[in-house]
Amino acid sequence: MEELFQQRKEKLNLFKALIRPPKPVKPKEVPTGLYTRCTDCGQDILSEELEQNLFVCPLCGAHMKLYAPKRIKMLVDEGSFREMNERLKGKNVLGFPGYNSKIDKLQRLTGLNEAVITGIGKIEGVRTAIGVMDSRFIMGSMGAVVGEKITRLVEYATRKRLPLVLFSASGGARMQEGIISLMQMAKTSNAIARHHQAGLLYISYMTHPTTGGVTASFASLGDIILAEPKCLIGFAGQRVIEQTVNQKLPEGFQRAEFMQQQGFVDRVVERKDMRSTLAFLLKFHRQEG
Amino acid sequence: MSLKEAEARVKELESEIEQLLRHNDPNLDTDSIRHELTRARDKTLKEAYDNLTSYDRVYLARKSTRPNARDYIDALFDHFFELKGDRLAHEDASIIGGLAYFCGVPVTVIGTVKGKSLEENLTCNFGMPNPEGYRKALRLMKQAEKFKRPIITFIDTPGAYPGIAAEEHGQGEAIARNLMEMGSLTVPVIAIVIGEGGSGGALALSVANQIWMLENAVYSILSPEGFAAILWKDRSRAQEACEFMKLTAQDLYDFKIVERIFSEPRGDLCDNAQIVYKQIKRALQETLPELMHMTPKALVEQRYKKFRTIGDCSDNAM
Repeated sequence: MEELFQQRKEKLNLFKALIRPPKPVKPKEVPTGLYTRCTDCGQDILSEELEQNLFVCPLCGAHMKLYAPKRIKMLVDEGSFREMNERLKGKNVLGFPGYNSKIDKLQRLTGLNEAVITGIGKIEGVRTAIGVMDSRFIMGSMGAVVGEKITRLVEYATRKRLPLVLFSASGGARMQEGIISLMQMAKTSNAIARHHQAGLLYISYMTHPTTGGVTASFASLGDIILAEPKCLIGFAGQRVIEQTVNQKLPEGFQRAEFMQQQGFVDRVVERKDMRSTLAFLLKFHRQEG
Repeated sequence: MSLKEAEARVKELESEIEQLLRHNDPNLDTDSIRHELTRARDKTLKEAYDNLTSYDRVYLARKSTRPNARDYIDALFDHFFELKGDRLAHEDASIIGGLAYFCGVPVTVIGTVKGKSLEENLTCNFGMPNPEGYRKALRLMKQAEKFKRPIITFIDTPGAYPGIAAEEHGQGEAIARNLMEMGSLTVPVIAIVIGEGGSGGALALSVANQIWMLENAVYSILSPEGFAAILWKDRSRAQEACEFMKLTAQDLYDFKIVERIFSEPRGDLCDNAQIVYKQIKRALQETLPELMHMTPKALVEQRYKKFRTIGDCSDNAM
């Protein structure tokens, strides 16, 4: 799996070098240090140990960011994932300065074409349409490409009668694409409606952070909604709320456990149980024939 | 000169005219001076309205004197019978909805309401709905579907309310559900943006077969202030943001999100609202029968396609 992504990244870079004059490659910002600092407890953890522990801090249990390619690798039966629409390209509809080059740079840095990877894979033998957002890509925000990739995935799942699992990790709609981004909320939600009407299972899996236009569209529309421990789930940003209501936010506000108490999450699932939980649910809803 | 400045100038000129008339100095040629001043006033106004920037339109769209959803309902429909509450928790007065006749045809009308005074605004929360408002709207839309009535929504909101209780009660879920359910409604839905179309809070009432906008209404991903705050960490660059965001009726028409634009008169809309009411009435008279002739399936399909095609992407273009 990892290899596949690596190969694709290399091909992409080769192709880019062909169409653009080669630029001096800057060293990556990501530290290749031996240790990684936990974003929650602040302790330094051996990077290798952290990875073995599925990027969950072995000391405090914090679920740190897990990038889409790694999550897919952890999730699907080995070699079963087939990516879709990995070369889809959008437009700079607002003519936003620097937007195109920002996308290019992120593509080079991450090897992804946009903030979501979509495709078909098997989870303990169950063929499933899978979409995983990646927050490295402009906060995992949803612009036209993300909206289109998710919609195409959902439509494919509806046609092929496949269950659907979408992992959200997003700051919401993508500002740089203006109103077009906003409309992706309607587009994806409408596609989800048809998937539901076909009697198929949709599991929304919320990870840190699930906010704004993604919460207010496909992420909230699962038959079953799962969430990673302590991940942020909400519509409005905390700073905006604080400024509006001029009071301190309650303890644990907008966290997965809090939203579960409020009735918007079925189960908070630790990462080590992600695969087995999904496998159980997928098998439970398995449709023969 | 921005519209705001032009308005200040017009006010000055008008007070000069008033003074002139009040004193009625016999040594002055009152008539000709008045004529001059009136001409200057009209010219200022015309110039400002002929060269409206996006920022000017945001200012116009937000004006508290602008007719609100209630005014449109009163002007365009007969026997409006308001229905309240989401049947789950609350009544949210920032969304008004109910039954009415349009030219004898039973319809369901729903709209986000902004107040014209502080008192009104405290009741309707400045047009910012809580989840209960969206759930009420959905209840009324499902009811319209049951009785096969067309739905007409009026949109004028800064956005969904960013409050603590709103989050606790699932603001995101409420909007998401409206998007999904509206997409599947088997009756005609027409959404009319009459003022501010703010973000997901506006979208939650505009998954329609057709979206119409007033000339100076705006519809955007976020308020220009919020946009500037997110992208440039500086709310004060809202004016600059407006020119970037492509939020005017014409912009949305060019994006094929909006099907019709209603032209507005120069000056305060509240002084000449009839001009707009007439256009909307005519448009509804034209479009409603067309949509009502479509089969439920065709209506759903057309709505699906309308949103499906927004956001062009190309394959293999990397």
